[in-house]
Amino acid sequence: MLVKGADLLGEGRADILVRDGRIEAVGADLDVPKGAETIDADGLIALPGLVDIHTHLREPGREDAETILTGSQAAATGGYVAVMAMANTAPVTDTAILAEWVWEQGRRSAYADVFPIGAVTKGLAGEQLAELGLMHRSRAAVRMFSDDGKCVHDPQVMRRALEYVKGFDGVIAQHAQDPRLAPHTACCHEGPVSGRLGLPGWPAVAEETIIARDVMLARQSDSRLHVCHLSTAGSVAIVRWAKAQGIAVTAEVTPHHLLLTTDLLASYDPVYKVNPPLRPAEDVAAVREALADGTIDAVATDHAPHALDDKQHDFQVAAFGMLGLETALSVVTEVMVRPGLMSWADVAQAMSVRPARIAGLGQHGRPLAAGEPANITLVDPAATVRVDRDASRSKSRNNPYHGRELHGRVVTTLLRGVPTMLDGRLQ
Amino acid sequence: MKLPHFLSMDGLTRDQITQLLDTAEEMEKVRQREVKKIPALRGVTIVNAFFEDSTRTKNSFDLAAKSLSADTMGFAGKGSSTSKGESLRDTVLTIAAMGVDGFVIRHGASGAPKLAMDWTGLPVVNAGDGTHEHPTQALLDAYAMRKRLGDLAGKHVAICGDLLHSRVVRSNIFCLRTLGADVTLVAPPTLMPPGIDERAAQEGFRTSYDLDAVVSEVDALMMLRVQRERMSGGFFPTENEYTALYGLTRERLARMADHAVVCHPGPMNRGLEIAPEAADAARSLILDQVTAGVYTRMAVLFHVFSGDGNGASE
Repeated sequence: MLVKGADLLGEGRADILVRDGRIEAVGADLDVPKGAETIDADGLIALPGLVDIHTHLREPGREDAETILTGSQAAATGGYVAVMAMANTAPVTDTAILAEWVWEQGRRSAYADVFPIGAVTKGLAGEQLAELGLMHRSRAAVRMFSDDGKCVHDPQVMRRALEYVKGFDGVIAQHAQDPRLAPHTACCHEGPVSGRLGLPGWPAVAEETIIARDVMLARQSDSRLHVCHLSTAGSVAIVRWAKAQGIAVTAEVTPHHLLLTTDLLASYDPVYKVNPPLRPAEDVAAVREALADGTIDAVATDHAPHALDDKQHDFQVAAFGMLGLETALSVVTEVMVRPGLMSWADVAQAMSVRPARIAGLGQHGRPLAAGEPANITLVDPAATVRVDRDASRSKSRNNPYHGRELHGRVVTTLLRGVPTMLDGRLQ
Repeated sequence: MKLPHFLSMDGLTRDQITQLLDTAEEMEKVRQREVKKIPALRGVTIVNAFFEDSTRTKNSFDLAAKSLSADTMGFAGKGSSTSKGESLRDTVLTIAAMGVDGFVIRHGASGAPKLAMDWTGLPVVNAGDGTHEHPTQALLDAYAMRKRLGDLAGKHVAICGDLLHSRVVRSNIFCLRTLGADVTLVAPPTLMPPGIDERAAQEGFRTSYDLDAVVSEVDALMMLRVQRERMSGGFFPTENEYTALYGLTRERLARMADHAVVCHPGPMNRGLEIAPEAADAARSLILDQVTAGVYTRMAVLFHVFSGDGNGASE
């Protein structure tokens, strides 16, 4: 297969010759081998296939909201070749058997590589460590662990988890949110908007104090910490400081925290209910800046599908979370690339290279060069996208961008040389 | 004046609020007749959907609707705090399908009345939602105060108590500011709503942590209920300390200006936020507020549910 005339990372036109799942050659005006398919990539940006280190696929347990198959189809549609599936399913992914099961389901789906994230604690209860080592030794080779949805808030449990996973170069991905700094009914950002709407909220400091504690624990244990969905200016400052100290901390930001603000809650529409909550414009500006300067390493979707019956409620009762896989690239194009905050090479770093490195995925986030796996995402940077929730490949419809106009569209996704999405059509 | 709904004090104009208060005065006259009833809403069916217990507000709305000859349907649902069981959406759609003309809704979740209106397309009157708003309470407070103090423009009203968990204070800020009153909110810092200082600067009201500093300056002092269980949340140390710092004690009552009035939306914790002597003082408007509730709710229902909203006193 020959990908013809793509703009590699926005840095120059080249053809990419793909054979047997690998890139065989990259160069100008390569000959089309006899019988090879050609993909016309004129005007398209070629990126290394996107990697999402934070997604909820809901299987097992809530197959009415999403399955590993439909979630990976949504991933392919969004330009992703690999997704990391969070552990908060039912049952929770806290044993080797369950981790292998998720991994096997992903292999069968074939739309994207699916890697399970293991729970840090049994049942996400925050008390006793899950079988981290056995999950690592399983065929799923789990290296990333998270109680996402819940914070590992007991400092001693967090300390032990960080120390323990050092034994196999694991990483703890923390949902930073001290549950004791907010009422259990908290459902939004605590600030003037929540004050006016009368909704109980989490203060930004509930996130920031956990991150501050955790970077010090990571330093103490000389271990690796990853901060999930960082969302406040204060968190940015702490991570920036920690990196300057040489502490092994990485951080991700979601597309929705790069674009949406807490003012949207005035409608009480639960499509905007998400955890961590949408923040004020100052925080949005801070996370954009931090992504541009590399303080935040990666964009991760926190794709969180929910069945209608879990969202059609008053704001306080409705479920937390919003879709993200299919719109992530468009949001990043809109808020980072078009205003000139990031180049396409920066996008490749934030959405493929660094997430793959954080998760320890050796076969992803590789350069577009001869000998590398042919994981390629082709993007039309100029295309206008009008988001339509009903056009989604996800089983769910909780899309906060519905009706919005964004720019930048994923056209084609190649997973080891096989198109999972071709010319805008899922294969 | 026809109102499409009555969800919030936020967004109403001074003219609209004044007209509601003027209509309520007409309703007061109706309620003093021998036949305390007018046919304004004959044939209109209003559902009193109270998902949260509230005897006084429910009865007040019921009496108001009946005084306008509306048909009322009670609905005492238990507000679900989970997503299990019948959802709010299904409940209101089911009632709407019976062919009613609109809802009066009390719900424990902020924003629930607005969502019910979005879902059903029917007019909704907010009878208190979560810790968001309680707009008819603000209207009746304004009515009772205006009756005693005259035009509220330039009058100084302090609201003291658990402002964080109060829907009453949110509606009252909008209502009183729109009517031109000066407003000071008084509470310990732990019971102030988030972002209140920013709002105060934008919307032109004041906040204070010191009741003693304002008690002698106000034309009206509104005391809000403090739930005893807030102590377990660590919002204040003890009841004794709360009363000493933020209660309307006999000593503070004596320091109020001669003409100044005392309000409380009830239910009261006598001895905690308000001394019995203050609750029963001549300057207390507490029972006047309850009476005003019927007139003002009549006015609200009239302007929301009558065809053209004119001719209240025919």
